[in-house]
Amino acid sequence: MGKTIADKIFASHLRDEPFEGTKVLNLDRVLCHEITTPVAIADLEWRGKDRVFDKSKIKAVIDHVTPSKDTKTAVQAKMIREWARRHELEDFFDVGRNGVCHALFPEKGYIRPGFTVIMGDSHTCTHGAFGAFAAGVGTTDLEVGILKGVCAFRHPATIRVNLRGNLKPGVYSKDVILHVIGKLGVNGATDAVLEFAGPVVECMSMEARMTLCNMAIEAGGTCGICMPDEVTAEYLWPFIEDEYSSKKAAVEDFKQWHSDPDAEYKQILDFDLSDLEPQVSYDYKPDCVKPVSEMVGARVDQVYIGTCTNGRIEDLRVAANILDGRTIADSVRGVVSPATPKIFRQALDEGLIDVFMQSGFCVTNPTCGACLGMSNGVLAPGEVCASTSNRNFNGRMGKGGMVHLMSPATAAATAVTGVITDARTL
Amino acid sequence: MEKIFKGPAIFLDRNDINTDEIIPAKYLTEVTKEALQPYMLEDLKLEDFDPNGEKLKNARAIVTRENFGCGSSREHAPWVFEVNGVHTIIAQSYARIFRQNMFNGGMLAIELPKQEIDSLFELGKQGTVTLNVDVEAQIIHASVGGKESEFPFDISEFDKALVKAGGWVEFADARY
Repeated sequence: MGKTIADKIFASHLRDEPFEGTKVLNLDRVLCHEITTPVAIADLEWRGKDRVFDKSKIKAVIDHVTPSKDTKTAVQAKMIREWARRHELEDFFDVGRNGVCHALFPEKGYIRPGFTVIMGDSHTCTHGAFGAFAAGVGTTDLEVGILKGVCAFRHPATIRVNLRGNLKPGVYSKDVILHVIGKLGVNGATDAVLEFAGPVVECMSMEARMTLCNMAIEAGGTCGICMPDEVTAEYLWPFIEDEYSSKKAAVEDFKQWHSDPDAEYKQILDFDLSDLEPQVSYDYKPDCVKPVSEMVGARVDQVYIGTCTNGRIEDLRVAANILDGRTIADSVRGVVSPATPKIFRQALDEGLIDVFMQSGFCVTNPTCGACLGMSNGVLAPGEVCASTSNRNFNGRMGKGGMVHLMSPATAAATAVTGVITDARTL
Repeated sequence: MEKIFKGPAIFLDRNDINTDEIIPAKYLTEVTKEALQPYMLEDLKLEDFDPNGEKLKNARAIVTRENFGCGSSREHAPWVFEVNGVHTIIAQSYARIFRQNMFNGGMLAIELPKQEIDSLFELGKQGTVTLNVDVEAQIIHASVGGKESEFPFDISEFDKALVKAGGWVEFADARY
């Protein structure tokens, strides 16, 4: 029986199997942010074990609330900042250089095919877009990762998700993943890796693949994963050009990780996406998803474009293209957060920031901010937000607030009219 | 903190209770577990449930349905239970990260089949159910109104070892 990409990564990183079915893996990356890391730092200090297993493999950023909004968030930032300095971490991103972790770390070339990655953040599954095994973990797993460079997992089953057909113009990877989650349900992939494959994925950019993998956790998945290929090599080339004689050589090397044709899957799902419409969430769970046509006309108070799901340059281009020459409805507050400083700069250079501002959007610095109701766009009770983020739990963006998840295109069109709108009809 | 696997249970009759309901993100700015204590299940909207009520205050165990703890990876969710003395959760299923976080902290996230969960909920209708979990024997003793019932459960060797060790840091530090 052949192996899946996740099986291969597990086999190559196995440090210990203390009990049958429990795999302790060596880690290539331990990623840290200021919300879930400080308690780990404090606990390591309290135990007299304030050490790091490898200062080149641990990367840290302040992203959830930045610049700090109050004393408490300033203390969190100070704790991770001083810890990063104390241990001479090679890569730590503070105010001015910081961005949303799951956009920033890939952009820096830290994630490679075949890597094992953990972070104290559920959307760590994003990094599977590079053919890595990347899992969100709690603070205790993070703490052991920092100290020992290992993490324990039950060997995950893999669910193969074949994505076929031709996406219609105006339909994006966000629509695809919302549709897949709608079919799988919020626990349809618990303890499993979601392996995205097929022609639709092969044609996707790295940005689009990151959007896809980002929401694997919303179906309960441990990780989303894509086969590393030419697109991956192209994206990573500036970081790997010293390691390979050519992009072709890199692609050949990446193939060692590809799932075998006779690999064992827990489940194989097949989607023909040729007729897929843009998707929008309703209610308070990410598997409550409908075609936009069934949601048209629902009032919103705020439109939020950004986050680790859809705050990358392609997303901003799509949204700006719709907003160009238009202004947003008087009844709506538009907030856009480019996910990293590089994306922000690129958006400036391409004139996108100008379009956002002309249309009436507020442009914020890169941060997670409003997505989880921590800063920069918290909702009041009873308010509704059209958002390009990944989670629509009750009160997620502020107590009593409601979130509709959608693509940047649908969000931009919704900003123009003030009610949920199919961008293709504008 | 020593973990205690016995005491009165509270019943939360819904699937997919998520981490934002267990501990809203606005409290993630705290840097100690103890500071989370007043906010347990603050945003959970459920019939007959009051986050400020005596029932929750007295609870030392939670019995609930499917996919408990879905959403965020925040360990603040198990921590808010830990500092409130709720060290045992019994559900039909869990989100992976939440379940691991419970065992990583030396606490119990026990899975029972639907039928057994239904039986526990039936007991809950008869009055206050007191649970006593024998981890070694893998049996939950439930008592209500002087009537005793037993619920055997499965637990992986690894999860059992984590509970015995007091958590993953202790286990990993001794071994790696």
